[in-house]
Amino acid sequence: MTKADIVEVVHTRTGFSKKESSEAVESILDILKEVLEQGEKIKLSGFGNFVIRNKEVRKGRNPKTGEEMEISARSVLTFKPSQKLKDHINGS
Amino acid sequence: MTKAELIEALVERIERLTKKEAELIVNTVLKSIADSLATGDKVELRGFGSFKVKARRAREGRNPKTGDKVSVDAKRVPYFKAGKELRERVNN
Repeated sequence: MTKADIVEVVHTRTGFSKKESSEAVESILDILKEVLEQGEKIKLSGFGNFVIRNKEVRKGRNPKTGEEMEISARSVLTFKPSQKLKDHINGS
Repeated sequence: MTKAELIEALVERIERLTKKEAELIVNTVLKSIADSLATGDKVELRGFGSFKVKARRAREGRNPKTGDKVSVDAKRVPYFKAGKELRERVNN
């Protein structure tokens, strides 16, 4: 499923035109990206939470050469699915 | 940010939407993603990221409190991978 498919679902279930549905879907994703960019977490009840985790500098290895190297500190985005989403995916 | 705040932010961005309409759109988007994952289909949102389902084999686990062996059934778990654009914006 792609963004276009989601727009189609919004269009058929809400009655908004495809253009309006597309604008709304894009806006939702833009808002989520802007909030996450600020380092703020997003809690969507019944779906899951998007959380930014700050990783410290650590040592790693280049898997190809085996050479030891430093992995820089970074912020990464993780998604923690809600129990409801996990149950839904397992058909319960 | 919570779902209620996301709905408010969407109304601010698309002013002709009522709160009820924005709520319906947000819920429809989340439900379409959840339903797609429930059928085993992945969801790819360009610029944002992708949701997939991973299969987990049945395994023997232990009750961490009592140490008793318990069997953990095979299950499917949703996971999210941030897209390149979002990953970079989060790590700015």
